[in-house]
Amino acid sequence: MHSPILKVQNLHTWFETPTGTARAVDGVNFELYQGETLAIVGESGSGKSITALSLMQLVPEPAGYIEKGSIFYKNRDLLDLTWEEMRALRGKDIAMIFQEPMTSLNPVLTVEKQIVEAMQVHGTATGAEARKRAVDMLNKVGIRSPQQVVRQFPHELSGGMRQRVMIAIALSNNPQILLADEPTTALDVTVQAQILDLLASLQKELGMSMLLITHDLGIVARVAQRCCVMYAGQIVEEAPTSELLKNPQHPYTRGLLASLPSRARRGQELYTLEGVVPPPTRWPKGCRFALRCPNRMDICKNVLPGETALSPQRRVSCHLYNSDSAEAAVPLENPS
Amino acid sequence: MIGYIIRRVLYAVPILIGVCLFTFVLFYLTTSPQDLARRNLSAKNPTPQQIKDWEHTHGYDQPKWKQFVRTTEGLFLFRFGKSDGVGGQRIITRIKQSWLPSFEIASLSFIASLLVNLTAALVIAYFRGTYFDSAATTLCVIMMSITYLLYIIVGQYTLGRLMRITPVGGYLPGWQSLHFIMLPVVVAVVAGFASDTRLYRTFILDEINQDYVRTARAKGISESRVLFIHVLKNAAVPVITNTVSAIPGLFLGSVLLENFFNIPGLGNYLVDAINNQDFAVVRANVFIGALVTIIGFIMTDVGYALADPRVRLE
Amino acid sequence: MYVLKSLLTISNALPVLVAATFIFALTRMKKQPLWAEAFRRIGRNKLAIVSLVVIAIYALIALTDSFAWQDNKDKPPVSLLMRVFAAAHVQRERTYSAPFAHYTTGEPHPHKLKGWHLLGTDGAGFDVLMQTLRGCHTAMIIGGFTSFLITPLALLFGMSAGYYGKLPDDIIQYIFTVVASVPSILLQIALLLVLGPGVINICIALGLTGWVGLCRLVRGETLKHRDREYVRAAKALGASNTRILTRHILPNLLPVVIISITLGFSGLVLSETILSYLGIGVPAGTGSWGNMIDGARLELARDPVIWWNLTSASMALFILVLALNFFGDALRDAIDPRLRSN
Ligand SMILES: Nc1ncnc2c1ncn2[C@@H]1O[C@H](COP(=O)(O)OP(=O)(O)O)[C@@H](O)[C@H]1O
Ligand SMILES: [Mg+2]
Repeated sequence: MHSPILKVQNLHTWFETPTGTARAVDGVNFELYQGETLAIVGESGSGKSITALSLMQLVPEPAGYIEKGSIFYKNRDLLDLTWEEMRALRGKDIAMIFQEPMTSLNPVLTVEKQIVEAMQVHGTATGAEARKRAVDMLNKVGIRSPQQVVRQFPHELSGGMRQRVMIAIALSNNPQILLADEPTTALDVTVQAQILDLLASLQKELGMSMLLITHDLGIVARVAQRCCVMYAGQIVEEAPTSELLKNPQHPYTRGLLASLPSRARRGQELYTLEGVVPPPTRWPKGCRFALRCPNRMDICKNVLPGETALSPQRRVSCHLYNSDSAEAAVPLENPS
Repeated sequence: MIGYIIRRVLYAVPILIGVCLFTFVLFYLTTSPQDLARRNLSAKNPTPQQIKDWEHTHGYDQPKWKQFVRTTEGLFLFRFGKSDGVGGQRIITRIKQSWLPSFEIASLSFIASLLVNLTAALVIAYFRGTYFDSAATTLCVIMMSITYLLYIIVGQYTLGRLMRITPVGGYLPGWQSLHFIMLPVVVAVVAGFASDTRLYRTFILDEINQDYVRTARAKGISESRVLFIHVLKNAAVPVITNTVSAIPGLFLGSVLLENFFNIPGLGNYLVDAINNQDFAVVRANVFIGALVTIIGFIMTDVGYALADPRVRLE
Repeated sequence: MYVLKSLLTISNALPVLVAATFIFALTRMKKQPLWAEAFRRIGRNKLAIVSLVVIAIYALIALTDSFAWQDNKDKPPVSLLMRVFAAAHVQRERTYSAPFAHYTTGEPHPHKLKGWHLLGTDGAGFDVLMQTLRGCHTAMIIGGFTSFLITPLALLFGMSAGYYGKLPDDIIQYIFTVVASVPSILLQIALLLVLGPGVINICIALGLTGWVGLCRLVRGETLKHRDREYVRAAKALGASNTRILTRHILPNLLPVVIISITLGFSGLVLSETILSYLGIGVPAGTGSWGNMIDGARLELARDPVIWWNLTSASMALFILVLALNFFGDALRDAIDPRLRSN
């Protein structure tokens, strides 16, 4: 692998809410390499979207703010940039697509205006050239009659088409990094597969890096080379996708995998993770998964586990693998 | 769209007939032609014959339904006839004289209000969640709690009497009219500022939290462009709807303002006519008022459809 | 004895009845979860509580002015409020006098005042404080009674139009479009000419022009609820239309209607001043802030400027309307967080 294009260190993004400070993202570390697809998986509410929005510095204001951490892109910490410098990066170097294609496009502007605008603000193309590029982009994202679609308004398009338009907008400036926040969750299953394949092929073609956020391990298997598992605002396990699927280490990852229908053996009851994610205003003192963990030990309740590197490419945050607490470890058993 | 407008215009006809009927019934509940005649004949104690003649020349001797049909027909053809008052001036002459001051005040205060309020709302929305925002919204509620009458009185007293920037009242035609309508327009804009600004602020804030705004920001668009292009275009939809309610409201404004500042506009003409029970003039003015209001309604719907591509006029 | 008998009049019974109904409705509402929650939210809102206290004080003053009785057969009934002022030896003067002044104003040879007047006296020599307090009564009646007239009218028409659709809807929509097409100030002037002056007639005029907005709102809300599952379920169970309307749809409309009436109340109180200006307001002799403010037009042109009349009436009006507006906003936020103003 080459050097990382994006390096996130100790990222904390918090919200001031009436019930207290919600630590939605609470110490996230990961690296994104040139030309790869990295997936972040986790249940809803685990802080995936807020992580992505933090990278763009678009955390919902005024409640949300980046408490601390650093985001290195091209050897610069994005958190040190001025608002204006960050704005120049958004949509040009780092682009983002969202989960809700139905509401993420401006309802009163034509598709053309919305694509052209993205190029105009960064000066990558203007006027007739930009309009031509818009049509090309629509072609590229697999829209069959781009000449017609550019003149249409979002409400005249289907969900899949709108997501393609979103992708066209995001890719119109050839970004280095694409943040895709559950790009297929709101779509029909057949459309999901098309969009995923489209994203994968465009990523290869343009040579960009992609951070794919999803709660669906099936999607991870399909497109991502590496995978981070997120739970309660932190990354609990990181591994190459194939290894993660074959040999999950963190009890939470195992639970997630075991609850995949495609993985269950015939006739066997589908495994479900007990309980729910605790509220982000009151994370437990120890391991945040402890209450739901089948391998819970005494130490888990009181001490937050640190990261353990299992191999150069693998890490996990769990007391089972921590050499200091390893003696107390119960034998590993795979719940599936 | 054209079809829709035609249908709406056609539907305006029964509405206007309803308005005429309403005025007609109200008139016969208030007063009688004999009273009118006695009031408007120059003789102190008119003879029954004089009254009969008066009724005849003004058409009040016909059966009621015939009167109604005749006058309504006249209104639709803009043949307003003669005033019931002393002298029996032709109504259309008076309307031609007085529409301009009314129009000047109404249109100027309408446009100025829209611009001022929308800008203020955008500025307040830009500072959403700050102390400036809460101070501004509280100020709006405070301003909304002051009666229109006080705005007029204080406006005239400060601008007209104390500072002598504007005349305290009156009107002269031509370019000088601007000098005279300045005060009424300022009063109208200030008096209407709070409620509309507060409303527009909510419209804008509703839009600011939408997903498409996040998309726009993710494209790298500057905050001012997000606000003035993306948000404003969407907020225009409810703003346009809200201007409907402003159109009949303009009328209240002009009646009060013209009366107070002694401006010879339609509103003044109308109030005089009501006080003199000059039915012919009231009829004509109410008809024109309703017509303007209905045109406003239709224009609003069309504007709504133009602003929001999702709306299709059926 | 005669005093007691003269207390038993309709005008004395009415406020008691209104207050009783209001309290009864509040206790009933408190039992329902939606309202109980709304009351709790309002309880936490300091501004709302202060506003409510202010409104209550105005209502109490209005009540003292509405209880009147006769001392003997030949004398006109005198209200409790007036008796309080009489007991405090606040007397009528010759003409204007400034607050705390000892001499009248505006006369070539100022006269010594008989009494002491906190807010001065008006042109007819009446104590301005008393006149201002008497305005509460008029304001409360205009706001309250008009709302009382508007609500059933708007509910009846709006719900029938929304629920039955078709012909009833067409007819009702036609009626309210006709009314809405005539600028309301015109209609009010015309109606008041027909009906003659008087507080109740003002309420009727304001009500006949004011029901349209609420009716449109109710119609829209009814349309929304008509197609909801619970209405369909009730229909499937064989409930009659009347029952569905009164038992199922009406309770769901109440929050919107109550918010709208509370927010509209202040507008009604304000329109009294405009009608007074146009000379079709409350008859002289009844307390009216509108008349007091209107009178100030000429008073401001006098030398020395008579400002206390205008100031007292404007402040009294302003504080009531401000409290109503703050309370209305708080109520809206408490009942329906989706409609929040911010
Ligand atoms: N606007 C907000 N205000 C307060 N808390 C928020 C806000 N947005 C997100 N959060 C908190 O952040 C947590 C993580 O949200 P998110 O990143 O959207 O989860 P997901 O993993 O499903 O994308 C949520 O559980 C919520 O508590
Ligand atoms: Mg999410």
